[in-house]
This record gives sequence, structure tokens and C-alpha cells, in this order.
Amino acid sequence: MKGLKPEDIKVIIATDCGSTTTKAILIEYQNGEYRLIVRGEAPTTVETPFEDVTMGVLNAIAEVEELSGRKILDENNKIITPAKDKVGTDIYISTSSAGGGLQMMVAGVVRSMTAESAERAALGAGAIVMDVIASNDKRLPHQQIERIRHLRPDMILLSGGIDGGTTTHVVELAELISAADPKPRLGSGYNLPVIYAGNNMARDAIKETLGDKVALDIVDNIRPVLERENLLPAREKIHDLFMEHVMAQAPGYAKLMSWTDTPIMPTPGAVGLIIKTIADQEGIEAVGVDIGGATTDVFSVFQGVFNRTVSANLGMSYSVSNVFAETGLPNVMRWVPFEMDERDLRNRIKNKMIRPTTIPQTLKELILEQAIAKEALRLAFIQHKNFATVLKGVQQQRTIADAFDQTTGGQTLVDMMSLDMLIGSGGVLSHAPRRQQAALMLIDAFLPEGITRIAVDSIFMMPQLGVLSTIHEKAATEVFNKDCLIHLGTCIAPSGELKGAKEVMNYKFEMPDGKVEEGTLGAGEMKVIKLGIDEKTALPTKVKAHLNPHKGLDLGNGKGNKIETEISGGVVGIILDGRGRPFKLTEDKSLRVKKLKEWMINLNIYDKEKLESY
Amino acid sequence: MAHAYTPGLKVTEKTLIKKKRILPLKGEVVVKAGDKVNPEDVVARTELPGTVEPINVANILGVPPEDINECLLKNVGDEIEKGEIIAKSKSFFGLFTSTCQATISGTIENVSSITGQVLLRGKPMPVEVKAYLKGEITEIFPDEGVEVQTLGAFAQGIFGIGGETHGELKVVSPTTDSVLEEKDITSELRGKIIIGGSLVTAEALRKAIQEGVKGIVVGGFDDKDLRDFLGYDLGVAITGNENKGITLVVTEGFGKINMANHTYNLLKSKEGQLACINGATQIRAGVIRPEVVIPAEGDIHTEFAEKKVISKGVEIGSPIRAIRQPYFGRIGTVTALPSALQKLESESLARVLEAQFEDGGPKAIIPRANVELLDE
Repeated sequence: MKGLKPEDIKVIIATDCGSTTTKAILIEYQNGEYRLIVRGEAPTTVETPFEDVTMGVLNAIAEVEELSGRKILDENNKIITPAKDKVGTDIYISTSSAGGGLQMMVAGVVRSMTAESAERAALGAGAIVMDVIASNDKRLPHQQIERIRHLRPDMILLSGGIDGGTTTHVVELAELISAADPKPRLGSGYNLPVIYAGNNMARDAIKETLGDKVALDIVDNIRPVLERENLLPAREKIHDLFMEHVMAQAPGYAKLMSWTDTPIMPTPGAVGLIIKTIADQEGIEAVGVDIGGATTDVFSVFQGVFNRTVSANLGMSYSVSNVFAETGLPNVMRWVPFEMDERDLRNRIKNKMIRPTTIPQTLKELILEQAIAKEALRLAFIQHKNFATVLKGVQQQRTIADAFDQTTGGQTLVDMMSLDMLIGSGGVLSHAPRRQQAALMLIDAFLPEGITRIAVDSIFMMPQLGVLSTIHEKAATEVFNKDCLIHLGTCIAPSGELKGAKEVMNYKFEMPDGKVEEGTLGAGEMKVIKLGIDEKTALPTKVKAHLNPHKGLDLGNGKGNKIETEISGGVVGIILDGRGRPFKLTEDKSLRVKKLKEWMINLNIYDKEKLESY
Repeated sequence: MAHAYTPGLKVTEKTLIKKKRILPLKGEVVVKAGDKVNPEDVVARTELPGTVEPINVANILGVPPEDINECLLKNVGDEIEKGEIIAKSKSFFGLFTSTCQATISGTIENVSSITGQVLLRGKPMPVEVKAYLKGEITEIFPDEGVEVQTLGAFAQGIFGIGGETHGELKVVSPTTDSVLEEKDITSELRGKIIIGGSLVTAEALRKAIQEGVKGIVVGGFDDKDLRDFLGYDLGVAITGNENKGITLVVTEGFGKINMANHTYNLLKSKEGQLACINGATQIRAGVIRPEVVIPAEGDIHTEFAEKKVISKGVEIGSPIRAIRQPYFGRIGTVTALPSALQKLESESLARVLEAQFEDGGPKAIIPRANVELLDE
């Protein structure tokens, strides 16, 4: 950072080059705190005719200049440093997922053990995992070789075996890779980077097998013993190679890399970093989701364990058609309170795919887009739950009490009842015209149970804050708390089957003005109680709540047990969800439409008059 | 922001078209710079290495991996035939001999004394790269391929199916809004690239395949028909390898949508000439759009100096097309570019423009993100 101390940094420009849009934010130190000043965006210019990512970056920064009045670029389009009055910036940082992001293949000996650890390491570093090759993945060796040869990943992570264990299997994998002689995705002018992070006893044999054919790097074993993962060295090496090989090959990135004051980070890696930082700071269990044009990333921190998954083909523009293909027409249409002709609907979705930057102009288009988003989020979360598990293959110590609980290991860490906070990010959530829409999309897709705070990234700046946290945690945390997160409120959803019950919960809230809000939540009912943001602290207002779930329903304290707790408000308020868990939408078409409209009206999701006219 | 940047598709009467024709692996280039080529001419060829088949010889023979070199009857690089014995275990007094046979014909690729595995490589498969365009070889990439250049008309589509092909251009739909139907497809269209208007029906497409039509260029196609045609729902739009016996280039989008006049008139003016088309589409990072190239006669060096295309933003007077509902597919001219954000019916705030459509009616307010600048 050119010798700058953190306290000398008063002006920060940060960009995120997404697959569709490049976003720039300006952060300044004013009146004793770091705050977001403005944000600008422009289409990403990685593709023809421009093929130079820096053009989009300059356009986005030019918009920041126009909106803020700060001159950042000189007449030669160079970033002016350091900042002086209303000119220049102290640092410039960036993240990127353009050009397809980081695409990796991972290999390990046992699919559910070392291969899964390797997958976790790659995902945690922000990669899209194209395939996982394992000795026991049920493919024949020649099929695995064909697959490796055709994939053309940006890099390969090879693992296998615990330190000091047998070397045969992992060397066999190396032989398969060597036989496939894989080529890197971008350009043929360099050897494919391969990271070896397996049994330390096999290093020499791996060097002998792969050394001549690929650019081999060796790091510490990701699974030195069965009971422990050691993902950090592999993740760091992935980041280094991402910069050296992948970024340097993408159009314009060599130039962009020379502009930034810290290495460019893959966007999902940066988002994961900020979510982990916040969960650690507050000591909470959190789920974050970033729904983009091509991919949807889910991040979670449960029991202190961070997990990330990326659903490479679930997204709202490039991948919108695939969401539709995976979930099917009925699953999308169940969230839509009006009829649509299938032929017309299909064409609309495909047209969104081929022209990904368009936005919904009419309300019906918006409702349809948000219905698809719910399905994309739901599918991505299912994938995440299946992946975020306790380590498999570990012998568990059991007490006599566990003898009846025959879990075999590998169960999901995701527990919707213990989840404290759900954070949404990405265009369709952050840019939803009404915040209520973002809240309902998150609730319908994730189906939180018990008491869960819900927030969205106001203008999608978690990636930039993630990379900022690596060099200036104070600035990143201040902006995250004050400008990035929009607290929507708290969802209170009694868990359990409704089984014909008429009511699910009695509630009483002691409101800040001294009034008491009390009532009964009906089965299948949704309602909202206004409780906003404290103007002085800019944080959500809190109230004391007395919640009494009915028999068979649970709010986190056991079935039918009362809870007295503090509940946070937000720009939407307290959302009471009486639809039960697991949630089932009726198959009766007219009843379904009636219920959808009722919830949408109660929660003020869309314009009431228009909705009623459909 | 002084202007909005909206990427459009290129449709132009005359331009220099350059295509790299690269082998998947290193091989032999069979033409030289300056050669005139036709679409069918082979410009480079190579042999793809055969499939690899591992055999764990140590396991089969029941010997430790470090001993397998002593058991092998063949060396690395030796040719083998399927069924041939490649390794034999030495047993006590030769009473119990185990053997290991090659599972494929090819060569011995690798022997590992750590795992006891022997890799067999199958026979190579020949691969040829053709010129695709009618033009001239302008650059040779030794062992890798060539660049072919041609002067000609060029039109990008938005979505396509099927790979490279070529044929004589034939206009079948008389107007940009006419639908290409089954009855329009006759046996006279065999081997041709045909031009439709606003839509091609599923029946017309099937008939075209039957009649041996090589390609169809048309404004729109229904996604429902696409699914029926492919036999699956296209999730991720990466196409070009469908072997359906025809190449389809959709110029405007899904549904019935008139081919832009500019595109239609250009293609019509080239009727009877050779067209080279490719349906390959990739709507992902590294966007690839389908294309129609109509090579012109003449020397690429003397007749044409490529004019620099400076991509302008949307300005007042720019011809545009709406690319999303409620105005999807309509063509007009920008009449105002208000700088303040405006609230749409969906309640989104967006930068908008005001446009007058060609087909009359009141002026419309459209988000700038929902228009496409029409080229030239």
C-alpha cells in the first residue's frame, strides 16, 4: 500500500467486477468514522468488442466522480493517489468474478473425506468446482481421464491420504492427471497450475509423476489427520495462483492488477470473508446468500464452522433458464398470483437469458422474476445443506445416551432453528423496489424457523468490504454496520406441522412508546408488526416479546414452550409467519392464489390495487 | 452519466472478418499464407491421442508394484494389440504363470512402480480443421492453425443451434413479419441457407431438415419448440454441438419477433450468394454469438481498409429496439434522455429514455437497460 498506515487512509475506492456489472464504491473518513459516500456502476467489459475489464472499471469510477464531485481519474484515465481535498483516493482495491470467475477441478482419494475437504478448500477460496474426481467416485479410470482432459479448469487441487499414511492411491490419482495432460482454460502459453495438498509422504512421488507436465505447487496436507481439516494453506495458494495465472490471462486484468493496492480477490471469497468476520464478532450463527447473474453462493457459519457453496448454474440472468429447467414450471408458478401462458412464459425467461442486463419494467415481470429468485435461492440452499456437514469418516466418541441416536456422521450443520441471522445479497434482493419483497423472497426460499433476524446488503457491497477487511478491518466493519446492511426485521415462525390447527401462537410485544401489541397468529396467516430503526443509533429498535406457541409448535424452547426475549425491528418490522414448518403450499389453484395475495397484501409486498386486479 | 452503453449485435454490409482456425492439439498446418481457400478446404490436421486405459498389472499378476518392471514384456512406447500379453509373472519353476493382456490396441504410455499401474494409450483419432469461410489465409500459427480473412457482409444473431455450415442464400419469407411455415419449405431449398421473417415454426424446422436445408436465419423461435426439438430443456446456453442436421440462427430473440429491417434487407440484397453460418452460442463469460458471413469477391488487402468503429452510447436520435416487455421487439428512435432516475411501474428506480416507435403510437418511457442500440 505504498507505505500507508491504516490511519492515513481517508479515501477508499473499491470495485467489484461482476460477470454483468462492475460496481464501484467510494468510502471516506468523515467526522470520526468511515462511511459510504456514493456508488457507481457500469456494464462489465470483459467480452468483445472491448475485451478489457478496465473500461468498465473506469466507467463505474466515472459515475462515482459524477455523483460525488470527487475527481479520481486524471486526463489519462489514471487513478490519482493519494487523496488531497476533493481530488484522488488513498487506496484502490478490487474483487472480480468476471470472465467466469475461478474454475477449479479437485481430486481426492475418498469422495466423502479428502475429496470433500479439497472441495471445501476450493469453495472457500471462491472457486467454482467443475468436478470432483475421487478414487471411489464410481467412474472408471479412463472415464476420469477423459473428464479431466475435457474440463480445462483454471487449476487443480489434488489431495489424498493423511500424513504418513499410504501413498498408493494419491499417486494413482496423479497418474490419471498426468495421463490426461490437462490444458488450462485461458491460453495455452503456460502449464496448468496443480496444487498438491495431500499426504506429505507422497510428495516426491507426486513431483516425479506430475513435475514435468504441470506447474506443480506443494502445500501442507488439507487433512493431516482424519479428525482435522487444515484448509488455510491450500486456500492461500489458490488465491496466489488465481492472481498469477487466471487473472493475468483475462482481458485487461494485467492492467487492473497494476492499479490495485492489494491483490484482486475472487468475489465469493471476499463475501465469505466479511460474513465470517461478522459472525465471529457477534458470536452468532449466520447464513449469507449472494444471488448473481450466473451463480448463487451460499455462506454459513454454524457452530463456528464456515462453509461456502456455489451453485454454478443458478442465477438470475445467464442462468435464469437453468433455474427454470431444474425446478420446473409448476414450482416457479406456485409463487405467482396470476395465470400465464406457458409458451409466453418460456419465451420471456429465455429472452432474459440472452439479454441478461434487462430489468423488469412492469409489475407482472417483477413478480415473475422474484418467483424465479425464490426457486434459485431454494435450490442453492438445498445444495448448501447437503454440503455443510460435520467431517465424515471421523470416529465419534459416544456416550450411552448417544447409543439410541444412530447418526453416522456427515449430518448437516445447518440448523434453521438455531440460525440467528439471514443476510441476502445480489441484484434481485438488494435492488428489490420494496424491502418487503426481499424479506419475503428470503423467508419463502430459506424457511427460517423460530426467531431469525433478516437483512440485505443495501447496494451489494459485501465483496468490496470483504477485500477491504484484509487491509482495514475498522473501515470495513464500520461501513458494513452503518451503510451496507439494511436490517429488514425479524421473522418469527413457529416450527411444526399445523395439523388442522386454527391458531399457532399468542404474542405480546412491549412497544417503545409504551403501548402493547398483542394478539393471536392464525394458522396459515402472515402479518407484520411495525418496528423500525432507532434514529439516534441507526440500529434496529428492540422490544421485549412474550411468545407462546401452541401445542406441537416450537420457537426454539421446545414444543409448546413459551419464550420471553428481545426482538429486533427493521425497515420491514416483525414478520409473523404462521404457515408452519415444513411449509406446504396448497395445490388447489384458486386457494393458492387467494393465500398468496393475502400474504402479499398483509406484508405490503406489491401495490394492492394492481395485485387485486390480477 | 453522459451516455448509456448498450451492447448491440453487429450487422454490417462490409467488414473484414477474421477467423482463427485452431487445432485442439498441436498438429500440421497444410496451407500457407496467401492461399485462397473455400469453406470445405482443410487448413490443418492433427491426431488426437487415443483414450487411456489403466491396468493394474501388479494386482493382476499378484506381485509387488516395485517388481512390475521385471514382469513386463513391453517397454514404454511399444505398440500393442488388444489381447496381447504384455506382462507375465515369474513363478516358482515356471509352474504357475500369471499373465496380463492388453485391453486395447495402441501403445504403452506409462509404467508406475509405485502403484503397479500400466497406462495403455489407444490409437490416435484424426482431426481436421476446415477453412469455414471463403477467403484468404493471412497468418499461420505454426503447428496450431491459421487465420482466415474475408471481406464481406456480417450479421450476428442472438442465439443459435448447430455448428458451422455454408450454402447459397435464399429468401423465403417475403417480409420481416412473415412466419416461416411448413408449406414454405420445398425440395428446391436443398443445400441452401434460407431467410425467414419473424418466426420459424417447429413443423417448418422439421420439414427443412427432411428437405436437406442447411441453415435457417430467422427473427424468432419459440422456446417450447426448442425444447421439443432438442428433446430437453436448454438450461445453460452453450450450443453449437447439436447434430440435428441443420443450423439455426435466431437474430432477435424468443417468440414471434420481426427480423430487424436492417438485417433482413442486408441478407435479401445478398440472395444467391454463398453464406457461411454458425449457430454456436455461449451466453456466459466469453460470449459467443451465432453469425452469418457472406464473403464478397475481391482482394482483402487492396479494396478495403477497415474503418475504426467507435462505439457510441445511446444519444437522442439513436435507433433502438426494446428488448423486454411491455415493448419487447419494437423499434424506434430515442427522443429524450432524462438524467434523473424515474420510477417504473414495477416501482424500480432506473435511468430511462423516451422513444418514439416506428409503428406510431405515443412516446414510451423505457429503462435504458431494456433497449438495444441498432448498429449503423
